Amino acid sequence: MNYVGIDIGSTAAKTLVLDGERVAAAFTLPTSWSSRETAARIKAKLLELGFDVESRTVKTIATGYGRVAVDYADKVLTEITCHGRGGSYLFPEDCVIIDVGGQDTKVITVENGAVARFLMNDKCSAGTGKFLEIMANRLEVDLDELFLLAQSGTPIPISSMCTVFAESEVISQIGVGKSKPDLAAGIVESVVTRVALLAQRHDIRGKCILTGGLSHIPYFRERLASKLQREIYTHELGKYAGALGAALIAAEKCN
Amino acid sequence: MLKLPPNFQNYSEARQQGFMRMKELKEKGKKVVGVFCTYTPTEMILAAGAVPVSLCGMSDEPIPFAEKSLPKNLCPLIKSSYGFAVSDTCPFFYFSDMILAETTCDGKKKMYELLGELKYTHVMQLPPGRSGSLALESWYGEMLRLKDVLCRQLETDFSDEDLRNAIRLKNRERKAMLDFFELGRLKPSPVSGYEINTVIDANGFIFDTEEKIAILENRTAELLQEYANNCQGRPSRPRILITGCPTGGVREKIIRQIEELDADIVGFENCCGPRAQKELVDENKDPYLALAEKYLGINCSVMSPNPGRIEALEEMLEDYQVDGVIEVVLQACHTFAIESERVKRFVTQEKHLPYLCLETDYSQTDTGQINTRISAFLEILT
Repeated sequence: MNYVGIDIGSTAAKTLVLDGERVAAAFTLPTSWSSRETAARIKAKLLELGFDVESRTVKTIATGYGRVAVDYADKVLTEITCHGRGGSYLFPEDCVIIDVGGQDTKVITVENGAVARFLMNDKCSAGTGKFLEIMANRLEVDLDELFLLAQSGTPIPISSMCTVFAESEVISQIGVGKSKPDLAAGIVESVVTRVALLAQRHDIRGKCILTGGLSHIPYFRERLASKLQREIYTHELGKYAGALGAALIAAEKCN
Repeated sequence: MLKLPPNFQNYSEARQQGFMRMKELKEKGKKVVGVFCTYTPTEMILAAGAVPVSLCGMSDEPIPFAEKSLPKNLCPLIKSSYGFAVSDTCPFFYFSDMILAETTCDGKKKMYELLGELKYTHVMQLPPGRSGSLALESWYGEMLRLKDVLCRQLETDFSDEDLRNAIRLKNRERKAMLDFFELGRLKPSPVSGYEINTVIDANGFIFDTEEKIAILENRTAELLQEYANNCQGRPSRPRILITGCPTGGVREKIIRQIEELDADIVGFENCCGPRAQKELVDENKDPYLALAEKYLGINCSVMSPNPGRIEALEEMLEDYQVDGVIEVVLQACHTFAIESERVKRFVTQEKHLPYLCLETDYSQTDTGQINTRISAFLEILT
């Protein structure tokens, strides 16, 4: 039996295949304008790798914003439940998982292997991946370059309240000739502040784990650790935490 | 899926029919008083021979009209209510002979000042807390003043006996509402939260109190029968208590959604539920004092401090056998947003129940985000 977890986020679609306890495959595709089309591309890619989602020996759970578009899934679950399951598998003890997603940031408390409670950002995209993407566009750099620039800059204070306000602030700072590294540092700091605030509202107990795409950026992890004044743990499969959780639940529930 | 009775009438249908009923009443010479809040002593309106009608805005359609003069970052209920009035798109506002309001929250009381430019608006000065030395005394004074205002504006007069009759009638309506709400105590619940919320709001468009009582009593009897025949002994879905701001404006986006996602809303600890109905008006006292005492006791977050809300919550969590609490906070409602911290602590730390707070407005733009939060919350419960 193979268990497939598909996590279609607003920016990236992550897929992970389990063969028993072993990760048999893991890949990421960009989420296109249509989640349905993304789901179809994942299906084709899986088939290429030798996993036929239509066969009886493959069980699939879909999660993330595009979860309902995966019409071949055996079950759909929210990314909260899947991140909770995936994160607690990577760090098997009671913990708090912070996931900065493309459009939602979540803080999830896991107790006894299950989600006990969670908190998500409000309607505004401040403190999410979307914020970083918009600001990087303004500076005409990609996300990796943004973090690289930030490391050599001194942060300029930028509002962490509202993406639209923050964007106008950045534009006026560009206007008065502030340097790119300082602006980049300010932008990262704004997201770190907002994410830390959400985590602090949630009352962190136990190990603090960062998942999602940003968990692979050491500079972001360091800034968040410093802001929260506690160690932040990451894992090489961090980006796949949601997909891994979905696959693990498929193994438990879809037989 | 959500189960609704075959003859179910949704809110907008009920509202539409209300227009016709009201037009007929006006043609017969009946006076109408537009009201907004559960703090309004509607007994006085009835005693004056007039009918009260709720003008609380529950739709986002008139909000752009309101935003021409009100701040964007304001509670959607306030913007919607004002928007309906200023754009002249609410027949009930149009038919109202006067408006009766109270100094509840800051947003509302300042909005009423602008509303007063459109139609005669009397604003009762509600004390900001019930424990102050002069709170009851001043609120009692507001009741006496209201009598003069109503009699002058509506060109009528009423006796203490008229008021006592109105109090007795409204108390009977309260009991009928309570019996209807308390169907949610049954497990599994024979009635959806969506129906409870709709029936109560739709009843606001029936202007004969006896008819309202009859509708509630009939439906309660039907549902008790339904419970005995088809529900008793069956497994229950997760049981949710709604708390916080009024939910009429987010009925589809939140209330319906929760039940479509396979949970039962069994009770409302907000002004759409028993909050304002539980305490009856004392029928044996000076009627003005009895009204002052009853209405000052309502546990809205505009009161500071407001320990009664936590007590009411505790009682409902037990009586309604609640599995999880979802708090609805309307955007920029400061009093409920701040009080949500105490509610959260009480529910999670003292009652050890899951709690979710949803901050939202009347728009459809956050439907996806709301859906994910509710789904994740229900996944914790199952």
